[in-house]
Order: sequence, then structure tokens, then C-alpha cells
Amino acid sequence: MRDVAVIGIGCTRFGEKWSESFRDMFVEAGALALEDAQLSGEKIDAMYVGNMSAGRFIEQEHIGALIADYAGMATRHIPSTRVEAACASGGLAFRQAVIAVASGMEDIVVAAGVEKMTDVEPGASTDALTGAADREWEGFVGATFPGLYAMIAKDYMHKYGMTREQLAQVAVKNHYNGARNPIAQFQQEITLDTVLRSTMVAEPLRLFDCSPITDGAAAVILAPLDRAREFTDTPIKVLATAQASDSIALHDRRDISTMDATVAAGQRAFKMAKLTHKDINMVEVHDCFSIAELCAIEDLGFCKKGTAGKFTADDETALGGKIPVNTSGGLKACGHPVGATGIKQVYEIVQQLRGTAGKRQIDGAKIGMTQNVGGTGATVAVHILGRV
Amino acid sequence: MSVARFWRKIPQRYNLIGTKCETCKRHFFPPRTFCPDCRREGKVVDHKFSGKGTIVTYTIIQTAPDQFASHGPYVLAIIKLDEGPQMTTQIVCDPSEAKIGMRVKSIFRRIATDGESGIIHYGTKFAPE
Repeated sequence: MRDVAVIGIGCTRFGEKWSESFRDMFVEAGALALEDAQLSGEKIDAMYVGNMSAGRFIEQEHIGALIADYAGMATRHIPSTRVEAACASGGLAFRQAVIAVASGMEDIVVAAGVEKMTDVEPGASTDALTGAADREWEGFVGATFPGLYAMIAKDYMHKYGMTREQLAQVAVKNHYNGARNPIAQFQQEITLDTVLRSTMVAEPLRLFDCSPITDGAAAVILAPLDRAREFTDTPIKVLATAQASDSIALHDRRDISTMDATVAAGQRAFKMAKLTHKDINMVEVHDCFSIAELCAIEDLGFCKKGTAGKFTADDETALGGKIPVNTSGGLKACGHPVGATGIKQVYEIVQQLRGTAGKRQIDGAKIGMTQNVGGTGATVAVHILGRV
Repeated sequence: MSVARFWRKIPQRYNLIGTKCETCKRHFFPPRTFCPDCRREGKVVDHKFSGKGTIVTYTIIQTAPDQFASHGPYVLAIIKLDEGPQMTTQIVCDPSEAKIGMRVKSIFRRIATDGESGIIHYGTKFAPE
């Protein structure tokens, strides 16, 4: 296998983008990534696009072809493939692109993600998202996504005695980071009170424990590491790519508040990169709900099971903490256009490793990690990236 | 949901007909037709569950999907059936009554309605034993 590097990155501002369409967004993200790599579109050999549910959100399928067409690649007839794994679609698109370059089949490959969620009523978008869980045996009986993660939170609090305030600190920290990220949907700091007084969605989770409905697109460009310096002075090497599966339904998991797919993907990634959690300078995890961030940092090994609440309340995951988590603001503050999130995580880590993360910059960042979750943990993608 | 899609799962939804593997004796609800442990050695047959179980974890849904909006806040839980498997269900009780470890039994209830002219979804919920 060949070593693979990220040579270009691009991302739209995330938010409720009423004036921009699905097509406008992915063209913008792709153009930014090409410009960043100082690359002409004629050099692109293939594209992989993460998208969860364009069929439900904009009544459009066949996304691979659509994107190739509007990105100006259709006349060159390059292969363009949509990748779907619910909220992990972006992470899996990145992984497919890495595999394509590593194998030697393709040289210059785009990994992108896009989701346009605000073209339907909020009820329709949450119903589409429920398709990431088990429709027949979870959705049918009245389970919602906040409801499923609320049951994880309840189980976690019952077992480990975490407090409601500790859980709220995840959102406070992520809004602090989001306020320092120019692409974030929410660029305002909040207090514990903001979270604790917000509307109850599914006990114990309140509105500010939940990531928002978001429009956005992100794209990165990959090349063989030995060619990367043709395009950039700061190539970022892909040190590991890993993916794992688990039961589609939460009720079939070995342990409700451990994501075994995160554990498996994390262990595979560390083994592939020959690294441990101590080598990681910052990590982007899938905080679709506040409890998910706590499970993620435990399941990746950054702290012991049951201690992530205190670890977070002690500011160990803040900028300047032992392991900064979600410097982008995470899904909570940066926003969560589901298919784009996995690519945005890579976009953030690459900025950190290049030293261009502005007010969010982690000093001396050398190695970063991403963890992208589909559903309640039925698919997890983990990547490790490093400075060369 | 189309009539056929609902109708084909009526035995499972109304009467808790799951499956069990006769090779390893593992029970499945929701039903599976392929035993993930025994794989091709497995022999999976229908099995009627007793409808008794224990709450593993739960939540109170305050913001409900449109189909369930008329229910008001409702208790959603993962329960462990006495035969072993876990399933997601609504618990018919006062929300303040629900507790982890509470014993529950199955009851036949309306689950949701598919709009004004669509079919009514019946199925199994659970209530305190």
C-alpha cells in the first residue's frame, strides 16, 4: 500500500443556508479545496461523496453523477461514487478515497460530503434521520434520535453517577470553540445555565445537548504522499484509516453506554499508525448529542469508562487541556450537515496540523484524530492524521 | 407505511412472536431468521415470548415525532425480556413512575396512526407488572 496525504481542503460556512442549494454548496467546497491545493480540476481521477439522505431532503438520488456533472467532471467521465452510512457517510467517503489512493488504482482523489437539510420541514428532517436507527423496531414504536441517545445518557448516569452539570459542560466547551471558528453555525459562547434551562427534548437531554439541523459541504483532496509536494508545502499524512460495525439497533448492543464499534475502530487505527492515545494532540469526535462525546473519548481510550464527565468538567478536553476535543466546535456548535460532518472533521484536523486554526490553534500540533459515528454507533470511522 | 409492510409483521408486533435458535438456544426479539452465533449451523424457529421483562434504560420523550404528537410526553425504554433479548418499547405508566430495574409486562395497544386516512398501527407496549 502507498502512503496517502491530504493536499487540499475546503468547507462552506455551516448553517441554515436558505439562499444556497445542494449544488451551490458542493461546488463551493470543491472549488475551495482545489484552490487550496493549487490544482486544476483536470488532474482529478475520482470522487467519493458522503451523503446520507438527499432522497428525503431534496428528492434527489444519483448524487455521485450529479456532483461530477456540476463540478465539471462529467465531460471527463471520471468515476464518482456516493457513499452512505447515515451520519458517518463523510467518514466513510474519506476512507474509500484513502483506500483508492493507497491501492494505486487512483492518484488524485476528492473526498467530499454534503447535506442540505433545511429544504424540508423540521418534522420531515428528523424523520429522515430516524432512518439511521432501526426503523422497524425502534422508529416504529416512537423512538427518536434524541430519545435513543437519552437512553444512553440515562444508562451512563445510572452506572457512573455523572451529574447533569458535567454533561452540560460538553456543550459549553463546544460553543466556546465554535465562537472561534469562522465556519461554525453557532459562533456564540453559552453558559451552563443556557443548557440547563433549555427545553427538555428527551429526558435527560435538553435542546442544548443536541446538535442542530444544518446545511453544508466539505471537501478534501488526496494524493500519494510521494507526489504531495508537487501541490503543497504542508502535506498532511493519513496515518491510519479504520471502520467498524455494530448492531443497527441500540437495544442489541453488548453495553448501552459503550460504543463497541468506536472501541474496535480506535484500536485498529492505533495499531495501523503504531501509536497510542498519548500521541494524539487533539481529536474531533461525533458529539451529535453531549453524551456521545463523553462515550467517544472513553471508548477511544483518552480517559477511563465513567470518568469523562469529570474529565470534561475539569477542562481537560478544552483548548489547552490534556486532550482538546472538538476544537471546531463539534457537531453541537459547528453544526451537523450529516453527510459532510466526517469530512469537516478532517478539514479541522488538517488546519490544526498546518498551524492555521487561528484562535483555536493547539500549539505544536503534530498528530490528530477523527471519530465519525453512524446512527447510535452501528458504523464508526476513525482516522489519524499527522504532519510530515 | 404501506399496508403490506405493516401486515407482514402482525404476529411479531401483536403477539411478540420472535424466534429462537434450536442449536444454541439463543432467543431473538426483534426476530432474526439467521443466528449470528451458529451461522449456517443454526436452526431458527418461531418462539412466542412470555411478555415479561425488566427496564434496562428509559427516557421521557417530550418532543415527539408527528405520528406520536398526540400522545403527550411518553416513556420510551429498552427492556430485557426474561428469555434474554432486549427490545425498544413504550412503557404505559406515569412518566414519574418509570425506573431502571422496574418489572414490566406486555399489553396490546395502539402505537400510532398513519395520518387521517392511513392505517392504525397496533402493537405491543409494556406496563408495570
